[in-house]
Amino acid sequence: MLNHIWFWMIMLSLFVAAGTDIYNEITAPPPMETAGEELSLNKRTKLGQLSDAALESAQTGVNISLGLIGIMALWLGIMKVAEEAGFIKILARMVAPITRRLFPEIPEDHPSIGAMLMNIAANMLGLSNAATPLGLKAMEELQKLNPDKETASNSMITFLVINTSAITLIPASAIAIRASLGSVNPQQIIVPSIIAATMATIVGLTTVKLIQKFEKRKKRTEGEA
Amino acid sequence: METLRLIIDWASVLAIPTIILLFIGYGGYKKIPVYEVFVEGAKEGFEVGVKIIPYLVAMLMAIAMFRASGMLDILTWLASPVTNLIGMAPELLPMALMRPLSGSGSLGVMSELMKTFGPDSLIGFTASTMFGSTETTFYVLAVYFGSVGVRKTRYAAPAGLLADAAGLITAVLICQLWF
Repeated sequence: MLNHIWFWMIMLSLFVAAGTDIYNEITAPPPMETAGEELSLNKRTKLGQLSDAALESAQTGVNISLGLIGIMALWLGIMKVAEEAGFIKILARMVAPITRRLFPEIPEDHPSIGAMLMNIAANMLGLSNAATPLGLKAMEELQKLNPDKETASNSMITFLVINTSAITLIPASAIAIRASLGSVNPQQIIVPSIIAATMATIVGLTTVKLIQKFEKRKKRTEGEA
Repeated sequence: METLRLIIDWASVLAIPTIILLFIGYGGYKKIPVYEVFVEGAKEGFEVGVKIIPYLVAMLMAIAMFRASGMLDILTWLASPVTNLIGMAPELLPMALMRPLSGSGSLGVMSELMKTFGPDSLIGFTASTMFGSTETTFYVLAVYFGSVGVRKTRYAAPAGLLADAAGLITAVLICQLWF
């Protein structure tokens, strides 16, 4: 699925940029001599902007990844201590009634549950710096249970959907920007945000569970045939 | 409302000290060589950071091309009949379409909308609710699956996007009611 999305995003972007450029060159060719500084072809055309953006994104990707390393090391260190001491198992047991339903494939006191719980808690508190490392720790633990290492497991997808529709108690950056632009009541968005995010989580989880049920049934009938 | 905010503010300030106290403290109580174990865990940080680079570059490249090409305008035009049905202002469409793709991009769109229409207008209010209630799904997909080397993501992308759509539509409706 991601293959298709990726492919079409790139292809359509190229077509749209090329189409816009052709249209602009035909309808309004730029004057040969302009008063001020003339924009280079690379800056003026959509295709030029697109190439610049693509090349720049590679650098951004590296910057984000490298920026994660320090905070990643910190949280992985703390989590390792908690794991060795058995604290993660205690956490996992506390939420067992919920996780049993959401993640039927995961053993009850598996370390992945503790990490997922910590990730969701960090997201709720708006600690996005801590949420990503904890989420990646959870993925690492889920990968240990995954029979096919190149393919996402049901538990991974369930976790990811919970994560992308994460309920945040304080959407801090949105509130900060509202305040800086002179909002009378910047935190007014808290309750609507929680309601919208809850709706997203419900729809996401329902979708995931329906697909999992459907696939299970398909597999069963295939087995009988 | 004010007390709720105060509680949540304090909770987010106390969260990290509490976690460190509990986790490291419990480790010490259980006679774990805490320093050694911490360092051993932290070692993996570098590996994970480097491992996600190819996934992140692939994803960011497609998103950057998408943003630079002007596709957003075309999608906005295509989707406008649908959004008119729920009474969504057409100005909010770029925000909704950008949100799952790019955190910094949607932050920019949100700020722009609030500057133009005011943070307390319906459009500004809805845009910031949209930003606060959903995550950058494509970034999470790339980083989370990339960190464990999963390439076949099955139904993760459609399920995540469907959840986003539900959240964004709810944000529009709830803000209309709220206003």
